[in-house]
Amino acid sequence: MRKASSAVWKKLKPEVNASENILVKNSFDVDGGNFDTAGTVSTRIKSILKEQGLPSDVVRRSAIVSYEAEINVVSYAKRGVINLTVTPAAVEIAVNDEGPGIPDIEKAMQQGYSTASQQIREMGFGAGMGLYNIKSYSDRFDISSEVDKGTFLKMIILIQKP
Amino acid sequence: MKLREIKEILNAEVIVGEDKLDIEVKTAFGADLMSDVLAFAKAGSMLLTGLTNTQVVRIANVLDIAAIILVRGKKPPAEAIALAKDVHIPILTTKYILFETAGRLFAKGIVGCLEKVEAGSERI
Amino acid sequence: MKLREVKDILEASVVVGEEKLDMEVSTAFGADLMSDVLAFAKAGSILLTGLTNAQIIKTAADRSIAAIIIVRGKEPSTEAIEMARELQIPILSTKYILFETAGILYSKGIVGCLKKVDGDFYK
Ligand SMILES: Nc1ncnc2c1ncn2[C@@H]1O[C@H](COP(=O)(O)OP(=O)(O)OP(=O)(O)O)[C@@H](O)[C@H]1O
Ligand SMILES: [Mg+2]
Repeated sequence: MRKASSAVWKKLKPEVNASENILVKNSFDVDGGNFDTAGTVSTRIKSILKEQGLPSDVVRRSAIVSYEAEINVVSYAKRGVINLTVTPAAVEIAVNDEGPGIPDIEKAMQQGYSTASQQIREMGFGAGMGLYNIKSYSDRFDISSEVDKGTFLKMIILIQKP
Repeated sequence: MKLREIKEILNAEVIVGEDKLDIEVKTAFGADLMSDVLAFAKAGSMLLTGLTNTQVVRIANVLDIAAIILVRGKKPPAEAIALAKDVHIPILTTKYILFETAGRLFAKGIVGCLEKVEAGSERI
Repeated sequence: MKLREVKDILEASVVVGEEKLDMEVSTAFGADLMSDVLAFAKAGSILLTGLTNAQIIKTAADRSIAAIIIVRGKEPSTEAIEMARELQIPILSTKYILFETAGILYSKGIVGCLKKVDGDFYK
């Protein structure tokens, strides 16, 4: 893991404690540029969470943030990995991609900002809302990126609100 | 209102889910932007859209959308039809444009799944 | 109906074109897909959309759209606002979602700029 990412990881550690009972741990590959399979990982994640009997709001929010992140990997990166971890306290979705990275994260987080190609826009993407959605649907969200290397996102959806 | 009545009002053709026309729907969301659908559409609502790709079916599945109503006479590709059958989401298609589709359904009592994009305006 | 009434009904804010609120409008088209706007939106109609970029303003102006109503509480980008000023096309912004916006306007007598996308209705 890259340095920037591990820092983020540490910062968020209290929410998903390694010593805690891990109910699910899964890793999925995402194929950059492939819109035929785009979204399938998130569909899988949704059914896994449903099988765990998690509250529907938690399942829904997890599926939304995972879908947005997955589509971004497909739209902008070469390849990526989505890691799903579920503990009794939270769902954690971490997305690591190899790709161009995001030069200005603050700008990318703004509603409406998008560099999506015309082709991607015609598929219904490119509203510049994805990262904003991810942020608003997660209880904790962290993003870091290195230009020409890749982007790392970590989203936490709490199962039991403190 | 039953999905069957929606079909009648919109002179729609049922592409997937002939067996599901008795489900009850009360609310709708209309958009062609995936992220806006993800941000605002609510479980149990109909999704009115001009998007026909498999992504729209995946999103409908993620959000537990009751039915997809394709507007502007759009026809989904075979893969989207196959996926919709798999995940049991009905797809109807109407020739009405989105404005007319929304207007006609609204006149018959269907409302938005939220009224406005502001806190507290969710209807379900 | 005057654009001013549209504004009042939708509790919309006027982003560009305060001086154009007396224009008459009677038809509308709603979409977020640029290609569908290009294919179907008619001159003189109002365009209801969740798109907020400068390109949609340019496209709307090219199609002689009377006014753009941005839905779902979105704010147009700075470039979009500049483009609209330059091309003198009004932009209103409403918090109502597209479904409600269309429903409310339809109930007040605004109709689609075309009803159906069908061989007979293409013009
Ligand atoms: N994984 C990524 N790698 C490289 N760039 C990215 C990545 N994710 C997002 N971006 C950049 O950030 C911008 C904003 O992303 P965001 O998901 O918010 O909107 P979008 O993908 O453009 O449109 P939408 O998600 O609404 O369909 C993108 O247009 C792109 O420039
Ligand atoms: Mg995105």
